[in-house]
Amino acid sequence: MHDTNLIELNNFCSQVRRDIVRMVHAVASGHPGGSLGCTEYITALYQSEMNHNANNFEMDGKGEDLFFLSNGHISPVFYSVLARSGYFKVDELNTFRKLNSRLQGHPATHEGLPGIRIASGSLGQGLSAGIGAALAKKLNNDDGIIYTLHGDGEIQEGQIWEAAIYAAGNKVDNIISCIDYNHKQIDGDIDDVLPLGDIKAKWEAFGWQVMEMNGNNMEQVITTLRLAKAATGKDVPIMLIMKTEMGNGVDFMMGTHKWHGSPPNDEQLKSALSQLEETLGDY
Amino acid sequence: MKEYPVLGNKDTRSGFGDGLTALGKSNPKVVALCADLTGSLKMNQFQDDNPERFFQVGIAEANMIGIAAGLTIGGKIPYTGTFANFSTSRVYDQIRQSVAYSNKNVKICASHAGLTLGEDGATHQVLEDIGMMKMLPHMTVINPCDYNQTRAATIAIADHVGPVYLRFGRPKMPIFISEDTPFVIGKALMLNEGTDVTIIATGHLVWPAIEAGKALAEKGISAEIINIHTIKPLDEEAILKSVAKTGCIVTAEEHQIAGGLGESIAQVLSRNNPVPQEFIAVDDSFGESGTPAQLMEKYGLDTPNLIAAAEKVIARK
Repeated sequence: MHDTNLIELNNFCSQVRRDIVRMVHAVASGHPGGSLGCTEYITALYQSEMNHNANNFEMDGKGEDLFFLSNGHISPVFYSVLARSGYFKVDELNTFRKLNSRLQGHPATHEGLPGIRIASGSLGQGLSAGIGAALAKKLNNDDGIIYTLHGDGEIQEGQIWEAAIYAAGNKVDNIISCIDYNHKQIDGDIDDVLPLGDIKAKWEAFGWQVMEMNGNNMEQVITTLRLAKAATGKDVPIMLIMKTEMGNGVDFMMGTHKWHGSPPNDEQLKSALSQLEETLGDY
Repeated sequence: MKEYPVLGNKDTRSGFGDGLTALGKSNPKVVALCADLTGSLKMNQFQDDNPERFFQVGIAEANMIGIAAGLTIGGKIPYTGTFANFSTSRVYDQIRQSVAYSNKNVKICASHAGLTLGEDGATHQVLEDIGMMKMLPHMTVINPCDYNQTRAATIAIADHVGPVYLRFGRPKMPIFISEDTPFVIGKALMLNEGTDVTIIATGHLVWPAIEAGKALAEKGISAEIINIHTIKPLDEEAILKSVAKTGCIVTAEEHQIAGGLGESIAQVLSRNNPVPQEFIAVDDSFGESGTPAQLMEKYGLDTPNLIAAAEKVIARK
């Protein structure tokens, strides 16, 4: 890809990261760690790789690629990317987690926030929903691709594996799923909470084609997504195992699970923002 | 007492299966999912007619509910089929978040509800499902009473936009609702006008209620018998109009007292017109193995208990 595009995408990420820390700071709640880690991935989807219509949101998304966020707690990154991609006004990020807001703590559809197609937050449900949307696309002769994103801790939920069996067994090959493999969950390191073992071997054994990438390297994310798109339509669902760093971009939030669900205080916000260039203008 | 000739003897689940078959021909948006109980749910004909619109998900009910929610994104009208227990308590959080909160147009179709599942015993005899489903915002809850009403309800819910819980059962029961009776969601069905006591029944308890009405008439008691098939939204107007006339009520259902139709009616009465009420329902107990008739007798869900409850509630006026 052109270097200029890569620079623009990384600039976009810097602004999204500013939005994330400002949003969770403003209401002293929310989940910055995973949001910061998945910034490149969601930016790459909405700013480069997905075919989608931000200005005229329709629930059915006919002819579009659709994204489902299964680990709904990383709503700050999702809201920021949606707003800055044109789904709703950037100013609305101000209402995150406040009373009467469309930007609920976890994504919801009931107030009609453009870009959200199903509620998520209770974990393990988004892969099934994505498969359903993928089946509807096949019935409608719609060649759009379904993308889903999951936390690594989330795949401890049994429903994920029900869905994994279904998708491979039924050749659901218009879905590209992704696991945010930051190796951390609320209570600590994955290996201290409930070890997942060899997740690549697990997904391959379940019949998925697995690709790996560094999720905090935009060039790798774009390259891998393009390989994954080229691999759709071949009878096999695709899983991206995306290594990321929880809290990426803010030095004191990296390398620990402690910022999974904790907001920065005033001083910490100042420090975080000093590390993130304001590229597109704060909301 | 109005006559209700028996038109046949069929299971309500066959009403669902036949309704789904009809929808397969009339509505291309309708799709069906089943969790390894296609024969029990009578979904085979739909599957044979529309293989591309039928999804066998295996023994994975949580995934089935999620896939159904996803299929609505793309304009489909999914009907999920499994036993009532696995349609509700097993997948309550999936229904709550992916279907009810997200307001998805999923029809959750649940067979083998209640004690009349019979010999399989309490693990499969869900008696709490109406309560769980009616507590969810956006959810419509329907429990039809015979083959014809179940068939009509199955077809009617396709035209209702929003999540629906449709509950039916396993054993053969008398058919007494005529084929041409329109099914209107949320509208009570007056079966017999009376003046001394209101009997409101749903599902498999409607036929015993009619039989109780006959026996009461022979004793000189005029029972008003109403079938409420839609537990949510509840036809409050029909309930209040009836008790204004009779001054007392018996409610009857194949469900726990807690969370059931009778509880919903008690709320309406306490807010508007408190009158004596007796509950024909299971009183805080699990079921057990036995034939449907034995179980309905043991747990007090039969005609003699309805007659006794009517006489008791009249005496409380």
